[in-house]
Amino acid sequence: MASPGKKANGWTPKQPMVSIKDLHKSFGDLEVLKGVSLEVMKGECICIIGPSGSGKSTLIRCVNALNDIQKGSIKVEGLEVNDPNLDKLELRKKVGMVFQQYNLFPHKTAIENIMMAPITVLKQDKDEVAKHAKSLVRKVRLEGKEDSYPGELSGGQQQRVAIARALAMNPDVMLFDEVTAALDPETVKEVLVTIQELAEEGMTCILVTHEMGFAKEVADHIYFTDRGVIVEHGPPKTFFKKAKDPRTKEFLSQIL
Amino acid sequence: MELFGDFFKQLYDTSGWNFVIFYDQVEWDRFIAAIWTTIKLIIACLIFSVVVGFAGAWAQGAKSRIIRYGMAGYIQFFRNTPPFVQILFFYFVLGNLTPSYDAGGYQEAYIGSFGWAVISLGFFAGAFNTEIFRSGIEAVPESTVEAASSLGYTRLQSYIYVVFPLAFRVCLPALNNNLVNLLKTTTLAYGIAVPEMMYTANQIWSDNVNVPEMMIVLFLFYVGLVAILVWVMHRWEKSMKIPGYG
Ligand SMILES: Nc1ncnc2c1ncn2[C@@H]1O[C@H](COP(=O)(O)OP(=O)(O)OP(=O)(O)O)[C@@H](O)[C@H]1O
Ligand SMILES: [Mg+2]
Repeated sequence: MASPGKKANGWTPKQPMVSIKDLHKSFGDLEVLKGVSLEVMKGECICIIGPSGSGKSTLIRCVNALNDIQKGSIKVEGLEVNDPNLDKLELRKKVGMVFQQYNLFPHKTAIENIMMAPITVLKQDKDEVAKHAKSLVRKVRLEGKEDSYPGELSGGQQQRVAIARALAMNPDVMLFDEVTAALDPETVKEVLVTIQELAEEGMTCILVTHEMGFAKEVADHIYFTDRGVIVEHGPPKTFFKKAKDPRTKEFLSQIL
Repeated sequence: MELFGDFFKQLYDTSGWNFVIFYDQVEWDRFIAAIWTTIKLIIACLIFSVVVGFAGAWAQGAKSRIIRYGMAGYIQFFRNTPPFVQILFFYFVLGNLTPSYDAGGYQEAYIGSFGWAVISLGFFAGAFNTEIFRSGIEAVPESTVEAASSLGYTRLQSYIYVVFPLAFRVCLPALNNNLVNLLKTTTLAYGIAVPEMMYTANQIWSDNVNVPEMMIVLFLFYVGLVAILVWVMHRWEKSMKIPGYG
Protein backbone atom coordinates (compact mmCIF):
# COMPACT_ATOMS: atom_id res chain seq x y z
CA MET A 1 0.00 0.00 0.00
CA ALA A 2 2.72 2.43 0.93
CA SER A 3 4.15 4.02 -2.14
CA PRO A 4 7.91 3.52 -1.86
CA GLY A 5 8.71 6.21 -4.38
CA LYS A 6 7.19 8.98 -2.24
CA LYS A 7 9.95 11.17 -0.98
CA ALA A 8 9.04 14.40 0.68
CA ASN A 9 11.41 16.86 2.21
CA GLY A 10 14.40 14.70 1.45
CA TRP A 11 13.08 11.82 3.46
CA THR A 12 14.50 8.39 2.66
CA PRO A 13 13.21 4.99 3.80
CA LYS A 14 16.28 4.58 5.97
CA GLN A 15 15.06 7.33 8.26
CA PRO A 16 12.16 6.82 10.66
CA MET A 17 8.78 7.19 8.98
CA VAL A 18 7.43 8.88 12.06
CA SER A 19 9.74 10.53 14.50
CA ILE A 20 8.49 12.22 17.64
CA LYS A 21 10.93 14.20 19.76
CA ASP A 22 10.32 15.66 23.19
CA LEU A 23 6.63 16.22 22.54
CA HIS A 24 4.78 18.41 25.03
CA LYS A 25 1.05 18.91 24.87
CA SER A 26 -1.23 20.75 27.27
CA PHE A 27 -4.94 21.38 27.42
CA GLY A 28 -4.98 24.71 29.20
CA ASP A 29 -3.12 24.18 32.44
CA LEU A 30 -3.28 20.42 32.19
CA GLU A 31 -0.08 19.03 30.75
CA VAL A 32 -1.06 15.77 29.13
CA LEU A 33 2.15 14.86 27.32
CA LYS A 34 5.39 15.68 29.09
CA GLY A 35 8.19 15.01 26.70
CA VAL A 36 7.39 11.97 24.59
CA SER A 37 9.84 10.64 22.04
CA LEU A 38 9.47 7.67 19.77
CA GLU A 39 10.35 6.49 16.30
CA VAL A 40 8.58 4.27 13.83
CA MET A 41 10.41 2.84 10.86
CA LYS A 42 8.75 2.14 7.55
CA GLY A 43 6.77 -1.08 7.68
CA GLU A 44 6.90 -1.21 11.44
CA CYS A 45 3.90 -1.67 13.66
CA ILE A 46 4.05 -0.19 17.12
CA CYS A 47 1.52 -0.49 19.91
CA ILE A 48 0.96 2.09 22.60
CA ILE A 49 -0.53 0.79 25.80
CA GLY A 50 -1.17 2.37 29.15
CA PRO A 51 -3.83 3.28 31.67
CA SER A 52 -6.81 5.43 30.84
CA GLY A 53 -6.02 9.11 30.75
CA SER A 54 -2.32 8.58 30.24
CA GLY A 55 -2.40 10.51 26.96
CA LYS A 56 -2.42 7.75 24.34
CA SER A 57 -5.18 9.25 22.25
CA THR A 58 -3.71 12.70 22.59
CA LEU A 59 -0.35 11.42 21.36
CA ILE A 60 -1.70 9.70 18.29
CA ARG A 61 -3.99 12.63 17.46
CA CYS A 62 -0.98 14.94 17.51
CA VAL A 63 0.60 12.86 14.75
CA ASN A 64 -1.99 13.93 12.20
CA ALA A 65 -2.44 17.42 13.63
CA LEU A 66 -5.89 16.89 15.13
CA ASN A 67 -4.30 18.31 18.25
CA ASP A 68 -1.82 21.15 18.15
CA ILE A 69 1.30 20.84 20.28
CA GLN A 70 3.17 23.23 22.50
CA LYS A 71 6.70 21.99 22.25
CA GLY A 72 8.77 19.41 20.47
CA SER A 73 8.76 17.98 17.00
CA ILE A 74 6.78 15.41 15.08
CA LYS A 75 8.04 14.40 11.69
CA VAL A 76 6.12 12.25 9.27
CA GLU A 77 8.30 11.31 6.32
CA GLY A 78 10.30 14.43 6.95
CA LEU A 79 7.23 16.66 7.13
CA GLU A 80 7.29 18.73 10.32
CA VAL A 81 3.83 18.60 11.89
CA ASN A 82 4.63 21.35 14.38
CA ASP A 83 5.24 23.87 11.62
CA PRO A 84 2.81 26.79 11.66
CA ASN A 85 2.83 26.74 7.86
CA LEU A 86 2.17 23.02 7.73
CA ASP A 87 0.29 21.91 4.62
CA LYS A 88 -2.32 19.82 6.41
CA LEU A 89 -3.49 18.17 3.23
CA GLU A 90 0.06 16.99 2.54
CA LEU A 91 0.18 15.48 6.04
CA ARG A 92 -3.22 13.85 5.81
CA LYS A 93 -2.40 12.27 2.50
CA LYS A 94 0.39 10.44 4.32
CA VAL A 95 -1.50 9.58 7.49
CA GLY A 96 -4.72 7.58 7.74
CA MET A 97 -6.66 7.43 10.97
CA VAL A 98 -9.24 5.07 12.41
CA PHE A 99 -11.24 6.04 15.48
CA GLN A 100 -12.78 4.18 18.37
CA GLN A 101 -16.28 5.29 17.40
CA TYR A 102 -15.79 4.59 13.64
CA ASN A 103 -17.01 8.11 12.78
CA LEU A 104 -18.35 7.07 9.41
CA PHE A 105 -20.45 9.51 7.41
CA PRO A 106 -23.93 8.23 8.26
CA HIS A 107 -25.58 9.73 5.17
CA LYS A 108 -23.36 7.82 2.76
CA THR A 109 -23.29 4.13 1.95
CA ALA A 110 -20.29 2.01 2.79
CA ILE A 111 -18.83 2.30 -0.69
CA GLU A 112 -19.52 6.04 -0.82
CA ASN A 113 -17.76 6.48 2.51
CA ILE A 114 -14.73 4.82 0.99
CA MET A 115 -14.85 6.73 -2.29
CA MET A 116 -15.67 10.24 -1.08
CA ALA A 117 -12.29 11.50 0.05
CA PRO A 118 -10.23 10.33 -2.95
CA ILE A 119 -12.75 12.01 -5.24
CA THR A 120 -13.29 15.28 -3.39
CA VAL A 121 -9.92 15.69 -1.72
CA LEU A 122 -7.50 14.06 -4.14
CA LYS A 123 -9.64 14.76 -7.25
CA GLN A 124 -8.95 11.28 -8.52
CA ASP A 125 -10.80 9.79 -11.43
CA LYS A 126 -14.12 8.30 -10.34
CA ASP A 127 -13.72 5.01 -12.16
CA GLU A 128 -10.25 4.50 -10.77
CA VAL A 129 -11.50 5.26 -7.28
CA ALA A 130 -14.40 2.85 -7.73
CA LYS A 131 -12.01 0.09 -8.76
CA HIS A 132 -9.75 0.78 -5.81
CA ALA A 133 -12.72 0.92 -3.44
CA LYS A 134 -13.93 -2.42 -4.69
CA SER A 135 -10.61 -4.05 -3.94
CA LEU A 136 -10.60 -2.47 -0.50
CA VAL A 137 -14.08 -3.83 0.18
CA ARG A 138 -12.74 -7.25 -0.65
CA LYS A 139 -9.71 -6.69 1.54
CA VAL A 140 -11.81 -5.87 4.60
CA ARG A 141 -14.28 -8.64 3.68
CA LEU A 142 -17.37 -6.56 3.21
CA GLU A 143 -18.53 -7.87 -0.14
CA GLY A 144 -22.28 -7.48 -0.38
CA LYS A 145 -22.39 -4.63 2.10
CA GLU A 146 -21.26 -1.92 -0.31
CA ASP A 147 -24.64 -0.26 -0.52
CA SER A 148 -25.55 -0.48 3.15
CA TYR A 149 -25.61 2.67 5.22
CA PRO A 150 -23.48 2.74 8.38
CA GLY A 151 -26.65 2.55 10.48
CA GLU A 152 -27.39 -0.79 8.87
CA LEU A 153 -24.01 -2.31 9.69
CA SER A 154 -22.70 -3.92 12.85
CA GLY A 155 -19.96 -2.21 14.81
CA GLY A 156 -17.31 -4.51 13.43
CA GLN A 157 -18.49 -3.96 9.89
CA GLN A 158 -18.55 -0.21 10.39
CA GLN A 159 -15.04 -0.27 11.73
CA ARG A 160 -13.85 -2.21 8.72
CA VAL A 161 -15.49 0.35 6.45
CA ALA A 162 -13.62 3.01 8.40
CA ILE A 163 -10.35 1.16 7.81
CA ALA A 164 -11.08 0.85 4.10
CA ARG A 165 -12.02 4.54 3.99
CA ALA A 166 -8.66 5.50 5.46
CA LEU A 167 -6.83 3.11 3.12
CA ALA A 168 -8.55 4.59 0.09
CA MET A 169 -6.32 7.64 0.50
CA ASN A 170 -3.25 5.44 0.05
CA PRO A 171 -1.63 6.55 3.30
CA ASP A 172 1.89 5.64 4.29
CA VAL A 173 1.09 5.44 7.99
CA MET A 174 -2.07 4.26 9.70
CA LEU A 175 -3.14 5.38 13.15
CA PHE A 176 -5.56 3.24 15.12
CA ASP A 177 -7.00 4.59 18.35
CA GLU A 178 -8.56 1.78 20.36
CA VAL A 179 -10.48 0.73 17.32
CA THR A 180 -11.90 -2.37 18.96
CA ALA A 181 -12.83 -0.82 22.29
CA ALA A 182 -16.44 -0.17 21.29
CA LEU A 183 -16.97 -3.63 19.85
CA ASP A 184 -18.38 -6.74 21.43
CA PRO A 185 -15.89 -9.56 21.91
CA GLU A 186 -17.02 -11.61 18.91
CA THR A 187 -16.52 -8.78 16.45
CA VAL A 188 -13.22 -7.61 17.89
CA LYS A 189 -11.50 -10.44 16.12
CA GLU A 190 -12.66 -9.63 12.61
CA VAL A 191 -11.29 -6.12 12.94
CA LEU A 192 -8.02 -7.28 14.46
CA VAL A 193 -7.53 -9.75 11.63
CA THR A 194 -7.90 -6.93 9.14
CA ILE A 195 -5.32 -4.82 10.95
CA GLN A 196 -2.96 -7.75 11.30
CA GLU A 197 -3.11 -8.41 7.57
CA LEU A 198 -2.33 -4.78 6.93
CA ALA A 199 0.66 -4.86 9.23
CA GLU A 200 1.91 -8.04 7.59
CA GLU A 201 1.64 -6.42 4.17
CA GLY A 202 4.08 -3.82 5.40
CA MET A 203 1.83 -0.92 6.32
CA THR A 204 3.39 1.31 8.94
CA CYS A 205 0.99 1.25 11.88
CA ILE A 206 0.67 3.05 15.16
CA LEU A 207 -1.92 1.40 17.37
CA VAL A 208 -3.37 2.33 20.68
CA THR A 209 -4.88 -0.82 22.07
CA HIS A 210 -5.97 -2.70 25.13
CA GLU A 211 -5.73 -6.03 23.34
CA MET A 212 -2.52 -7.37 24.83
CA GLY A 213 -2.63 -10.67 23.00
CA PHE A 214 -2.91 -8.81 19.74
CA ALA A 215 -0.12 -6.40 20.66
CA LYS A 216 2.12 -9.31 21.52
CA GLU A 217 1.51 -10.94 18.18
CA VAL A 218 1.51 -8.00 15.81
CA ALA A 219 3.67 -5.28 17.30
CA ASP A 220 7.32 -4.82 16.47
CA HIS A 221 7.63 -2.53 19.42
CA ILE A 222 5.52 -1.72 22.44
CA TYR A 223 5.39 1.56 24.29
CA PHE A 224 3.90 1.89 27.74
CA THR A 225 2.68 5.36 28.67
CA ASP A 226 1.66 6.65 32.05
CA ARG A 227 0.78 10.19 33.04
CA GLY A 228 2.13 11.73 29.88
CA VAL A 229 5.48 9.99 29.62
CA ILE A 230 6.73 6.80 28.05
CA VAL A 231 7.68 4.71 31.04
CA GLU A 232 9.07 1.73 29.25
CA HIS A 233 9.29 0.29 25.77
CA GLY A 234 10.71 -2.65 23.92
CA PRO A 235 9.92 -5.48 21.54
CA PRO A 236 7.00 -7.58 22.79
CA LYS A 237 9.10 -10.51 23.89
CA THR A 238 11.19 -8.58 26.35
CA PHE A 239 8.48 -6.08 27.16
CA PHE A 240 5.93 -8.56 28.46
CA LYS A 241 8.41 -10.86 30.18
CA LYS A 242 10.95 -8.50 31.57
CA ALA A 243 9.15 -5.29 32.38
CA LYS A 244 11.23 -3.43 34.92
CA ASP A 245 9.27 -0.39 35.92
CA PRO A 246 6.81 -1.01 38.77
CA ARG A 247 4.11 0.99 36.98
CA THR A 248 4.38 -1.25 33.93
CA LYS A 249 4.35 -4.34 36.06
CA GLU A 250 1.27 -3.25 37.89
CA PHE A 251 -0.54 -2.36 34.67
CA LEU A 252 0.37 -5.66 33.06
CA SER A 253 -0.63 -7.67 36.10
CA GLN A 254 -4.04 -6.04 36.01
CA ILE A 255 -4.65 -6.51 32.35
CA LEU A 256 -3.10 -9.88 31.57
CA MET B 1 -64.99 28.77 -18.05
CA GLU B 2 -68.19 30.21 -19.42
CA LEU B 3 -70.26 28.05 -17.09
CA PHE B 4 -67.98 28.83 -14.20
CA GLY B 5 -68.33 32.58 -14.81
CA ASP B 6 -72.08 32.28 -15.26
CA PHE B 7 -72.38 30.52 -11.93
CA PHE B 8 -70.64 33.34 -10.06
CA LYS B 9 -72.55 36.00 -11.99
CA GLN B 10 -75.75 34.20 -11.01
CA LEU B 11 -74.56 33.96 -7.42
CA TYR B 12 -73.99 37.71 -7.34
CA ASP B 13 -77.38 38.47 -8.84
CA THR B 14 -79.27 36.19 -6.49
CA SER B 15 -77.36 36.41 -3.19
CA GLY B 16 -75.18 39.51 -3.44
CA TRP B 17 -71.90 37.56 -2.98
CA ASN B 18 -69.62 39.27 -5.43
CA PHE B 19 -66.76 37.03 -6.54
CA VAL B 20 -66.02 39.48 -9.30
CA ILE B 21 -62.68 37.87 -10.20
CA PHE B 22 -64.47 34.78 -11.48
CA TYR B 23 -66.73 36.43 -14.04
CA ASP B 24 -65.12 39.73 -14.96
CA GLN B 25 -62.30 39.29 -17.48
CA VAL B 26 -60.32 42.35 -16.29
CA GLU B 27 -60.44 41.34 -12.64
CA TRP B 28 -59.69 37.75 -13.56
CA ASP B 29 -56.53 38.80 -15.41
CA ARG B 30 -55.48 40.87 -12.42
CA PHE B 31 -56.06 37.89 -10.16
CA ILE B 32 -54.04 35.52 -12.34
CA ALA B 33 -51.20 38.01 -12.58
CA ALA B 34 -51.23 38.29 -8.80
CA ILE B 35 -51.00 34.52 -8.46
CA TRP B 36 -47.86 34.44 -10.56
CA THR B 37 -46.30 37.40 -8.82
CA THR B 38 -47.00 35.80 -5.46
CA ILE B 39 -45.53 32.47 -6.47
CA LYS B 40 -42.45 34.13 -7.93
CA LEU B 41 -42.08 36.25 -4.83
CA ILE B 42 -42.39 33.25 -2.53
CA ILE B 43 -39.94 31.11 -4.47
CA ALA B 44 -37.40 33.94 -4.68
CA CYS B 45 -37.74 34.67 -0.94
CA LEU B 46 -37.48 31.00 0.01
CA ILE B 47 -34.35 30.48 -2.05
CA PHE B 48 -32.73 33.71 -0.95
CA SER B 49 -33.49 33.09 2.72
CA VAL B 50 -32.04 29.59 2.56
CA VAL B 51 -28.90 30.88 0.86
CA VAL B 52 -28.61 33.60 3.50
CA GLY B 53 -29.11 30.96 6.18
CA PHE B 54 -26.34 28.78 4.77
CA ALA B 55 -23.93 31.65 4.42
CA GLY B 56 -24.88 32.98 7.84
CA ALA B 57 -24.38 29.66 9.59
CA TRP B 58 -21.04 29.37 7.84
CA ALA B 59 -20.02 32.89 8.86
CA GLN B 60 -21.00 32.26 12.47
CA GLY B 61 -18.26 29.67 12.66
CA ALA B 62 -15.70 31.99 11.08
CA LYS B 63 -12.38 32.64 12.75
CA SER B 64 -12.69 36.40 12.40
CA ARG B 65 -14.31 38.00 15.40
CA ILE B 66 -15.58 40.90 13.30
CA ILE B 67 -17.54 38.55 11.07
CA ARG B 68 -18.99 36.71 14.06
CA TYR B 69 -20.06 39.93 15.80
CA GLY B 70 -21.45 41.20 12.53
CA MET B 71 -23.55 38.07 12.22
CA ALA B 72 -24.82 38.34 15.77
CA GLY B 73 -25.82 41.95 15.12
CA TYR B 74 -27.57 41.02 11.90
CA ILE B 75 -29.55 38.27 13.59
CA GLN B 76 -30.56 40.43 16.55
CA PHE B 77 -31.65 43.24 14.25
CA PHE B 78 -33.84 41.11 12.05
CA ARG B 79 -35.27 38.96 14.81
CA ASN B 80 -36.21 41.82 17.06
CA THR B 81 -37.75 44.33 14.69
CA PRO B 82 -41.04 44.02 12.80
CA PRO B 83 -40.64 42.64 9.29
CA PHE B 84 -43.06 45.25 8.02
CA VAL B 85 -40.84 48.04 9.25
CA GLN B 86 -37.86 46.27 7.70
CA ILE B 87 -39.50 46.05 4.32
CA LEU B 88 -40.44 49.74 4.38
CA PHE B 89 -36.94 50.63 5.50
CA PHE B 90 -35.34 48.65 2.70
CA TYR B 91 -37.57 50.10 0.03
CA PHE B 92 -37.80 53.73 1.09
CA VAL B 93 -34.40 54.25 2.72
CA LEU B 94 -32.01 51.87 1.00
CA GLY B 95 -33.97 52.10 -2.22
CA ASN B 96 -33.26 55.82 -2.33
CA LEU B 97 -29.57 55.29 -1.84
CA THR B 98 -29.12 52.72 -4.58
CA PRO B 99 -28.39 53.73 -8.15
CA SER B 100 -31.05 54.25 -10.77
CA TYR B 101 -30.92 54.65 -14.51
CA ASP B 102 -32.60 56.95 -16.99
CA ALA B 103 -35.60 55.13 -18.41
CA GLY B 104 -36.63 57.67 -21.02
CA GLY B 105 -37.35 60.84 -19.09
CA TYR B 106 -37.68 59.45 -15.57
CA GLN B 107 -35.36 57.67 -13.16
CA GLU B 108 -35.93 53.96 -12.75
CA ALA B 109 -34.25 52.14 -9.86
CA TYR B 110 -32.20 49.07 -10.67
CA ILE B 111 -33.87 47.30 -7.81
CA GLY B 112 -37.63 47.69 -7.88
CA SER B 113 -40.20 46.99 -5.19
CA PHE B 114 -40.20 43.27 -6.03
CA GLY B 115 -36.44 43.12 -5.64
CA TRP B 116 -36.52 44.96 -2.33
CA ALA B 117 -39.26 42.69 -1.04
CA VAL B 118 -37.13 39.64 -1.85
CA ILE B 119 -34.06 41.17 -0.28
CA SER B 120 -35.68 42.32 2.92
CA LEU B 121 -37.86 39.24 3.46
CA GLY B 122 -34.96 37.02 2.49
CA PHE B 123 -32.75 38.63 5.11
CA PHE B 124 -35.58 38.52 7.62
CA ALA B 125 -36.23 34.80 7.23
CA GLY B 126 -32.52 34.24 6.63
CA ALA B 127 -31.78 35.43 10.17
CA PHE B 128 -34.01 32.66 11.50
CA ASN B 129 -32.61 30.16 9.01
CA THR B 130 -29.11 31.01 10.22
CA GLU B 131 -30.07 30.09 13.75
CA ILE B 132 -31.85 26.96 12.57
CA PHE B 133 -28.89 25.80 10.49
CA ARG B 134 -26.49 26.60 13.28
CA SER B 135 -28.40 24.42 15.70
CA GLY B 136 -28.30 21.67 13.08
CA ILE B 137 -24.57 22.10 12.62
CA GLU B 138 -24.05 21.92 16.35
CA ALA B 139 -25.89 18.61 16.35
CA VAL B 140 -23.28 17.08 14.04
CA PRO B 141 -20.75 15.33 16.28
CA GLU B 142 -17.32 16.90 16.40
CA SER B 143 -15.87 13.43 15.88
CA THR B 144 -17.51 13.15 12.46
CA VAL B 145 -15.95 16.46 11.45
CA GLU B 146 -12.59 15.21 12.73
CA ALA B 147 -12.92 12.12 10.62
CA ALA B 148 -13.41 14.35 7.60
CA SER B 149 -10.43 16.52 8.41
CA SER B 150 -8.26 13.50 9.01
CA LEU B 151 -9.17 12.47 5.46
CA GLY B 152 -7.81 15.76 4.23
CA TYR B 153 -11.06 17.69 3.88
CA THR B 154 -10.70 21.43 4.22
CA ARG B 155 -13.18 23.20 6.48
CA LEU B 156 -15.25 24.21 3.47
CA GLN B 157 -15.20 20.71 1.98
CA SER B 158 -16.23 19.08 5.24
CA TYR B 159 -19.08 21.57 5.51
CA ILE B 160 -20.28 20.88 2.01
CA TYR B 161 -19.96 17.11 2.00
CA VAL B 162 -20.49 16.15 5.63
CA VAL B 163 -21.71 18.82 7.99
CA PHE B 164 -24.45 20.45 5.92
CA PRO B 165 -26.00 17.23 4.62
CA LEU B 166 -26.26 15.93 8.19
CA ALA B 167 -27.22 19.23 9.78
CA PHE B 168 -29.84 19.80 7.12
CA ARG B 169 -31.66 16.63 8.03
CA VAL B 170 -31.68 17.56 11.68
CA CYS B 171 -33.12 20.99 11.08
CA LEU B 172 -35.61 20.27 8.31
CA PRO B 173 -38.64 20.34 10.65
CA ALA B 174 -37.63 23.74 12.04
CA LEU B 175 -36.77 25.00 8.56
CA ASN B 176 -40.13 23.78 7.33
CA ASN B 177 -41.81 25.86 10.02
CA ASN B 178 -39.85 28.99 9.23
CA LEU B 179 -40.46 28.71 5.51
CA VAL B 180 -44.21 28.42 6.08
CA ASN B 181 -43.93 31.59 8.15
CA LEU B 182 -41.98 33.28 5.40
CA LEU B 183 -44.60 32.29 2.85
CA LYS B 184 -47.25 34.03 4.93
CA THR B 185 -45.03 37.03 5.59
CA THR B 186 -44.64 37.74 1.87
CA THR B 187 -48.07 39.43 2.11
CA LEU B 188 -46.24 42.36 3.71
CA ALA B 189 -44.85 43.16 0.27
CA TYR B 190 -48.17 44.89 -0.37
CA GLY B 191 -46.75 47.71 1.77
CA ILE B 192 -44.36 48.66 -1.01
CA ALA B 193 -46.86 47.98 -3.78
CA VAL B 194 -45.56 44.66 -5.07
CA PRO B 195 -48.57 43.46 -7.08
CA GLU B 196 -48.84 40.17 -5.22
CA MET B 197 -52.05 38.62 -3.94
CA MET B 198 -52.57 40.75 -0.85
CA TYR B 199 -52.01 43.97 -2.75
CA THR B 200 -54.19 42.90 -5.65
CA ALA B 201 -56.99 41.71 -3.40
CA ASN B 202 -56.88 45.09 -1.72
CA GLN B 203 -57.21 46.82 -5.08
CA ILE B 204 -60.01 44.56 -6.18
CA TRP B 205 -62.06 45.09 -3.05
CA SER B 206 -61.47 48.83 -3.23
CA ASP B 207 -62.87 48.87 -6.76
CA ASN B 208 -65.73 46.45 -6.16
CA VAL B 209 -66.54 46.84 -2.48
CA ASN B 210 -66.43 43.08 -1.92
CA VAL B 211 -64.14 42.79 1.09
CA PRO B 212 -65.61 39.61 2.62
CA GLU B 213 -65.53 37.77 -0.69
CA MET B 214 -61.93 38.70 -1.38
CA MET B 215 -60.98 37.80 2.18
CA ILE B 216 -62.35 34.31 1.60
CA VAL B 217 -60.37 34.07 -1.62
CA LEU B 218 -57.25 35.25 0.19
CA PHE B 219 -57.58 32.71 2.98
CA LEU B 220 -58.22 29.84 0.61
CA PHE B 221 -55.36 30.92 -1.64
CA TYR B 222 -52.83 30.97 1.19
CA VAL B 223 -54.13 27.77 2.75
CA GLY B 224 -53.58 26.14 -0.61
CA LEU B 225 -50.06 27.53 -0.97
CA VAL B 226 -49.06 26.49 2.54
CA ALA B 227 -50.47 23.02 1.92
CA ILE B 228 -48.35 22.70 -1.22
CA LEU B 229 -45.20 23.90 0.53
CA VAL B 230 -45.73 21.57 3.49
CA TRP B 231 -46.33 18.67 1.15
CA VAL B 232 -43.17 19.38 -0.81
CA MET B 233 -41.13 19.75 2.37
CA HIS B 234 -42.44 16.48 3.77
CA ARG B 235 -41.67 14.66 0.57
CA TRP B 236 -38.19 16.11 0.73
CA GLU B 237 -37.75 15.15 4.35
CA LYS B 238 -38.81 11.62 3.54
CA SER B 239 -36.54 11.30 0.54
CA MET B 240 -33.58 12.38 2.64
CA LYS B 241 -34.17 9.91 5.38
CA ILE B 242 -31.12 7.74 5.95
CA PRO B 243 -31.68 4.05 6.58
CA GLY B 244 -30.66 3.13 10.10
CA TYR B 245 -30.08 6.72 11.19
CA GLY B 246 -32.02 9.07 13.43
N1 LIG C 1 -9.94 18.18 24.32
C1 LIG C 1 -9.49 18.06 25.58
N2 LIG C 1 -9.58 19.10 26.44
C2 LIG C 1 -9.13 19.00 27.71
N3 LIG C 1 -8.56 17.89 28.21
C3 LIG C 1 -8.45 16.83 27.41
C4 LIG C 1 -8.90 16.86 26.06
N4 LIG C 1 -8.65 15.65 25.51
C5 LIG C 1 -8.07 14.91 26.47
N5 LIG C 1 -7.94 15.60 27.61
C6 LIG C 1 -7.32 15.12 28.86
O1 LIG C 1 -6.06 14.63 28.54
C7 LIG C 1 -5.77 13.47 29.29
C8 LIG C 1 -5.35 12.37 28.36
O2 LIG C 1 -6.44 12.00 27.56
P1 LIG C 1 -6.33 10.89 26.45
O3 LIG C 1 -7.66 10.84 25.77
O4 LIG C 1 -5.17 11.14 25.61
O5 LIG C 1 -6.12 9.59 27.30
P2 LIG C 1 -6.05 8.07 26.82
O6 LIG C 1 -4.75 7.55 27.26
O7 LIG C 1 -6.36 7.96 25.40
O8 LIG C 1 -7.18 7.40 27.70
P3 LIG C 1 -8.22 6.26 27.30
O9 LIG C 1 -7.51 4.96 27.45
O10 LIG C 1 -9.29 6.40 28.32
O11 LIG C 1 -8.70 6.52 25.93
C9 LIG C 1 -7.01 13.16 30.12
O12 LIG C 1 -6.76 13.61 31.42
C10 LIG C 1 -8.09 13.96 29.46
O13 LIG C 1 -9.01 14.39 30.41
MG1 LIG D 1 -8.03 7.22 24.26
